[in-house]
Amino acid sequence: MTTALIAEDEPLLAAALAAELARAWPALQVVATVGDGASAVAQALSLQPDVLFFDIQMPGLTGLDAAAELLDTWPLSAAGGKPFPALVFVTAYDQYAVAAFEAQAMDYLLKPVQPARLLKTIQKVQLAQQIRDQAATNNIATTDNHLEQTLARFRALLPQLAPAAMPPLQMISAARAGTQGNTLQLVPIADVLYFEAADKYIRVLTANAEYLIRTPLKDLLQQLSSQTFWQIHRGTLVRATAVDTVLRDERGRLSLTLHGCKDKLAVSRLYAHLFKAM
Amino acid sequence: MSSPSPALPPDTHQSALQKLLERAPSLMQHGLIVIGFCTAIGAVLWLARPGQTLYSQLVYSLATGLSSWLVIDGSRFFIDVKSPFGFPRGWRGVAVILVGVCFGFVVGTLTGDAYSGRSTFELAPNQPRFFLYLFLFTTSVGASISYFFYVSGKSSYLERELAISRQQATEAQLKLLQSQLEPHMLFNTLANLRALIATDPARATVMLDHLIDYLRATLASSRATMHSLQDEFDRLADYLALMQVRMDSRLVYTLELPAELAMQPVPTLLLQPLVENAIKHGLEPKIEGGSVVVSARREGENIVLKVIDSGVGLMSLMGSAGFGLTQVRERLQATYGDQATINLGAVGALFTCAYVTFPYINDAALLLPFPGEGGDGASTLARSIPCMPPHPPPKGEGANKIDIATHDNRPHR
Repeated sequence: MTTALIAEDEPLLAAALAAELARAWPALQVVATVGDGASAVAQALSLQPDVLFFDIQMPGLTGLDAAAELLDTWPLSAAGGKPFPALVFVTAYDQYAVAAFEAQAMDYLLKPVQPARLLKTIQKVQLAQQIRDQAATNNIATTDNHLEQTLARFRALLPQLAPAAMPPLQMISAARAGTQGNTLQLVPIADVLYFEAADKYIRVLTANAEYLIRTPLKDLLQQLSSQTFWQIHRGTLVRATAVDTVLRDERGRLSLTLHGCKDKLAVSRLYAHLFKAM
Repeated sequence: MSSPSPALPPDTHQSALQKLLERAPSLMQHGLIVIGFCTAIGAVLWLARPGQTLYSQLVYSLATGLSSWLVIDGSRFFIDVKSPFGFPRGWRGVAVILVGVCFGFVVGTLTGDAYSGRSTFELAPNQPRFFLYLFLFTTSVGASISYFFYVSGKSSYLERELAISRQQATEAQLKLLQSQLEPHMLFNTLANLRALIATDPARATVMLDHLIDYLRATLASSRATMHSLQDEFDRLADYLALMQVRMDSRLVYTLELPAELAMQPVPTLLLQPLVENAIKHGLEPKIEGGSVVVSARREGENIVLKVIDSGVGLMSLMGSAGFGLTQVRERLQATYGDQATINLGAVGALFTCAYVTFPYINDAALLLPFPGEGGDGASTLARSIPCMPPHPPPKGEGANKIDIATHDNRPHR
């Protein structure tokens, strides 16, 4: 039995997609329908469906964020995980994202979803599953391959979806952590070791102090040199030269220690390739 | 200096070389026209005065024409270079032409004489009348051609200016239209409509009607500049009803328009970008959704319009809502000058509010001949708009119908 999860914040569209799927792929069982990105990640992890339909614009995490999060947390085969699901993005109109999906051969559907296009996508997903199942019967270890392949495509996709770079920041005006926020300090970018998203703020850490700013990380990213600061997690940017050691735990997860700072930073799978041994 | 400086064309600071390159095509074109003219004149003179050879006539006329052209057209690069017509303006233009044609007469005559071996200038004392005719004929032909160039340069400049301003107006209109007919909104709405057709045809029809009204108003707003507050609120109701179908229980909305303000004029779809911001940047990112309240109120000599939402809050709005706000500000400025204001603020911890104020107009009904679309002004006033989802509303929420015209100034939560 093939299972699917639909993540779509507009209830009518979720129901319509489920109905179209029931017609075009009767054997497919929709095991859950969720309306936001965080629930999509949670439900996908607990139900481990074979196919994911992720709307791009969702409250909380977007479909892309949710996919990145899922890629990072999906259990490997050693930990009893199933192969990573086939990922299909659904979007109403986003010419940039669509061009990027095309370029990376990512599966996507345009809203309103039309039967002919849906059928094509279904055939693609089914073909990929057949290939995977055949490999499995031939005892070729492919369970984690699918995850790796999706990761690779996602890595190639991200720079294409990133907004255009802006002139690099030199200084940040930030509130010192633990103060009322009515005094701002100018922090030279050169002093910053890493940025970390925390709830509604971004923590800015230097060797001897912590500050808070409210600029969203994706806006900050545009104003920092990607050579100087590396994104290592959805919510973390680290100064590349501040990295001291890269540690790998028994589950294969990477974390970093920094010069001049005791904190340990987690590296998500999506960015693990930055730290491959040369 | 009291007189305002004239609007300078963008090429004021260009070097002479850049100017030469830029104007080379018109220079060449003028040169060719001059050659054509002079050849024709030479030929006519040859036919009229059989005593001369064709060649010597051509040398006279071409040398005269080309040297005048060189001086007059060349002067464009040194005299009154800021002239947008590509030719010196006023007395400087007249002086350039006079100097040019006289220079052309002298050079042309000397060159022609050198070719034919005659001496026209010696003729002057003997046949002053003939010499005068010759001089007047040559210079008036030169002046006419120059005047023709001046006029055509000026008219092509004016055409260019007109084309640029037309293009700017079109672009502004297109931008407005694009922001109103946002493709993401349109396709999502169509997707919902497609879903409803199969499951709930009656609701699909209602939704389609809202979409039709919304599209019609949006397209019409690029032509008409003002409509009544009643029309404005009706169109917002259409938009919100469309969004409601999409967001279901995540969107609750209220429209409050006091009856005495219904006929006040307002720039078409002025509030649309603010309501769109409230939904797109306020409610859509919020998992549980929230409410939008649009209200109109008279405060002394002003009308105050408010768009309040209980979305993710002002801080998250930073940067993303820029275009909508700029657009509303520009339209207010264009319509009311400094008499209108727009502000964005937080109301308590939960609400974001966009305030717009502009002058109240006495006897406004006289200004707007159309009482709502299709002349059904009275019925639109009485129309009540469902603003809750058709399913049982979330607990704690009250009535499921609100008459937009009768709820005056209810206090906001």
